[in-house]
Amino acid sequence: MSLFEQYVAFMTILRKEIKRFLRIWTQTLLPSAITMSLYYLIFGTLIGSRIGEMGGRTYMEFVVPGLIMMAIVTNSYSNVVSSFFGAKFNHSVEELLVSPIPNYVILWGYVAGGVSRGLLVAFIVTLVSLFFTSFHIAHFGVVVAVVILTSVLFALCGFINAVYANTFDDISIVPTFVLTPLTYLGGVFYSLDLLPEFWAKVSQINPLVYVVNAFRYGMLGVSDVSVGFAFAMIGVFLVLAYSYSMHLLRSGTRLRT
Amino acid sequence: MTPALKIQGLTKTYDNGLQALKGIDLEVSQGDFFALLGPNGAGKSTTIGIICSLVTKSSGTVQVHGVDIDENFPAAKKFLGIVPQEFNFNMFEKVEDILINQAGYYGIPLEVARERTEHYLTKLGIADKRHTPSRMLSGGMKRRLMIARALIHAPKLLILDEPTAGVDIEMRRSMYAFLREINEAGTTIILTTHYLEEAESLCRNIAIINHGELVTNSSIRELVRDLNKESFLLDCADSLPEALAVPGFQVSRVDDHCLEIAIEKGQDLGQAFEVLRQQGITVVSMRNQANRLEQKFMNLLEAPQ
Repeated sequence: MSLFEQYVAFMTILRKEIKRFLRIWTQTLLPSAITMSLYYLIFGTLIGSRIGEMGGRTYMEFVVPGLIMMAIVTNSYSNVVSSFFGAKFNHSVEELLVSPIPNYVILWGYVAGGVSRGLLVAFIVTLVSLFFTSFHIAHFGVVVAVVILTSVLFALCGFINAVYANTFDDISIVPTFVLTPLTYLGGVFYSLDLLPEFWAKVSQINPLVYVVNAFRYGMLGVSDVSVGFAFAMIGVFLVLAYSYSMHLLRSGTRLRT
Repeated sequence: MTPALKIQGLTKTYDNGLQALKGIDLEVSQGDFFALLGPNGAGKSTTIGIICSLVTKSSGTVQVHGVDIDENFPAAKKFLGIVPQEFNFNMFEKVEDILINQAGYYGIPLEVARERTEHYLTKLGIADKRHTPSRMLSGGMKRRLMIARALIHAPKLLILDEPTAGVDIEMRRSMYAFLREINEAGTTIILTTHYLEEAESLCRNIAIINHGELVTNSSIRELVRDLNKESFLLDCADSLPEALAVPGFQVSRVDDHCLEIAIEKGQDLGQAFEVLRQQGITVVSMRNQANRLEQKFMNLLEAPQ
């Protein structure tokens, strides 16, 4: 395929993905807006007012970046895992597999779909947060970079999950038992300084710690970890997830017999 | 001329040890209307799966319009249009979107994709369903949608895996007419079907696969030419006698008004009618007891390998 044809194919997958999540917006966009509003209300306003400061900021200011990042992570992941597994389940993935599209275009098409949903939900959740607090963005470039890299990373993870999934249960196991606990333990609601030294060290193997803290640094200018190191870790996880996704597509694992 | 499809020594052994293909050699000429037949589990769908990359071959070579799939699969795929046996489109997507997306997967720009979508939806009689989610279509319409989808990138080789399964007679006939039309316009067609009269009426050449091996590969005319015997059912005006005999012919009484007669190669059917007339039996209608190709098909499958 020529570069132009590859571009057309990529845009086709992306357009299809965006249409899909907009068509079912009550399942894809609305839940995050409602859930995050509740978090803002309960943790930020009701409980947060009694907690006082955290990381040198009001508790509400502190949790907003983490909650936005949580929405990006779960939505980027969910979009790709449900869409690609759905395509596998109803065999419409064969439309792509029999076509001449290179594997990397298929992968980037789905990832771009996940990123689009992640960004749209992040925008909605940020707008909602403005009803509860106000904030200035400390480092705009860091915010943009971390948002894009994180949504790409978790879209790739969603893709890997979708390839291995055999049933609809399989696509909810990882978000429920892995992603949500890692997000909660990734410093969304607390500063790592509050943890005993041992658990603070254990937290450093959690990729969500770097994502949440890099984003918090971009938004507020405060972070529990070095931002450079956080970007390096995100980069490492990205390379691993991308390489493995490409390997799965090249080998046809669970896609071709 | 480069063949539309050339397969050499194709084998496939699945992970569970099942040897689905045991070394298939096959060649389909450009412009041909080719039937690929075989009982269930013979290896037809595996062969098609390998050609379109859904199944990974164990060994052998496949060339589509001279392009080896091992060397340049994307280029080979551009020549191919596939209509699979099972419905494999997104049931929630609209008919129009399915076609436009498929065109996009082949790098066809949106405007061109829209024009082609309109053309094929009209041609296949489902233009009024363009905004309908595909799950709402009838079985026959879904089949036509799959044909339209396979043609959207103007392939030179169209492979249809049982395209008329579950389709009513009227729709089947209109589908035949459409397939003949695109074949006459130059598209090579490979058809697998369990309706052997379909293969006989549409196709010029045929290959039969059984247990992963090629049993025969020839023109349909040649294949049925060497049938030694053909059976006919004769409907008679009056009740047939219990003891029925037509000297020189093998006959049997099917029911009170119907008899079966076997005509061997070289025998004169007129002579049989004459003998029956002499016995006071009036034949009012006659039909083939079995499709000729079906008979040949069964002979080939039952023959010791």
